[in-house]
Amino acid sequence: MSESIRVRVNGEDVVVPPGTVAAAAAARAGVTFFRLSVGGDRRGPLCGMGICFECRMTIDGRPHQRGCMVVCENGMELQTDESA
Amino acid sequence: MSEARDTIIVGAGIVGSACAWECAKRGLRVLLLDAGPIGGGTTAAGMGHIVVMDDSEAQFALTAYSRRLWDELAAELPREVEHDPCGTLWAAADEEEMAEVHRKAHYYRERGIEVEVIEGSNLREMEPRLRAGLAGGLRVPGDSVVYPPCAARWMTERAREAGAEVRTGARVRRLVEEGGVELDTGEVIEAVVSVNAAGIGAGGLMMPEGLPVRGRKGHLAITDRYPGFVRHQIIELGYLKSAHGGGGDSVAFNIQPRKTGQMLIGSSRQYDAVDTQVEPPILDRMLRRAIEYIPTLGELSVVRVWTGQRAATPDKLPLIGPMPSNSAIWLATGHEGLGITTSLGTARLLADRLVGGEPEIPSKAYDPGRFAVEALAHV
Repeated sequence: MSESIRVRVNGEDVVVPPGTVAAAAAARAGVTFFRLSVGGDRRGPLCGMGICFECRMTIDGRPHQRGCMVVCENGMELQTDESA
Repeated sequence: MSEARDTIIVGAGIVGSACAWECAKRGLRVLLLDAGPIGGGTTAAGMGHIVVMDDSEAQFALTAYSRRLWDELAAELPREVEHDPCGTLWAAADEEEMAEVHRKAHYYRERGIEVEVIEGSNLREMEPRLRAGLAGGLRVPGDSVVYPPCAARWMTERAREAGAEVRTGARVRRLVEEGGVELDTGEVIEAVVSVNAAGIGAGGLMMPEGLPVRGRKGHLAITDRYPGFVRHQIIELGYLKSAHGGGGDSVAFNIQPRKTGQMLIGSSRQYDAVDTQVEPPILDRMLRRAIEYIPTLGELSVVRVWTGQRAATPDKLPLIGPMPSNSAIWLATGHEGLGITTSLGTARLLADRLVGGEPEIPSKAYDPGRFAVEALAHV
């Protein structure tokens, strides 16, 4: 039985199973929309396989990372656009 | 269907669009034609930098005059034109380029353009992403940025309101010697004067003579949105060597913050590279050059890369005015990398001369007559 992973989503602690991707951790924290488009529309995960770039978030300070492609690691800081 | 028109303008890039608007404002009966969409050629490929340049006295006069005209329009420009008064920051890598900063500062100030000399480390207080060790820079706060295709479209709308007719999807085959144009459908449209504003296509409308206008290819890359990554349009002073040097391929660091938070990265220059393909070796050199100035630039995601062709003349000045051999054919082309800035000044000069008025700045340096007939006959 593997250990849980602890990350932070917009400053809030979230515990997820190993292998969880960042987008799923954000969803577990209740975040549905990750960012705003240029036109101000709310955007969130769509394809879940790295193609559509809709789930971009800031991970450990790096903006525009695809939340569906990054596997959570202990202490990881996930940031979505909270105005979305 | 062909009613007598005063002026047919061929090419609805930003230069032709500005000319159509200005001529219509003067009460001329104007028809603006383009084979493609409004602002879909070189206009859509460029950066949209409104900048005062001093490669020559005439270039300074036209860019400074044009920048003033942009300033006068600024309050009217709609949101989609993305006018951003971000200013230009010329970055000096070493003491030799710093000497150029001081020369340039003196030149601009003497002619009434506000500038600020930035010494050494103050440069990074202004733009923290620049690498350490640069010698300084020159800030030109009055320069700005627009989104060129939307600016061109806005100008054609103003032209329409002023009474101009605008037709897209109309490909001109040639300019008629007696005035007017012939479309590739065979239709001939008469006019007192036709204005060739077809950019890199201008020479092809005047065969077999052609024009002394050569394509000069450029690459651009645009990133995802990183608001505040840089605040000014930043250009290396070595750009002058690239832009105005000889015929070889060259690159220079040039970054522009867009209102969306995207970073537009240039620049490259190649003569006689006539295709539109992105060339990885040139792109690689261009981006590496940019990363030399902004090391963290390599962490940004580029979302699109494209090329365009600048319409370059041998003396780096545009062709504005009547053909020396035929006063029914006028030119408004050859703006190379400054067409967005100088579109407004070009339109004023052209319209002033068409109605027999006195332009606000001397027009002789841009007159097509400066090239000998033989030179005009060879592209």
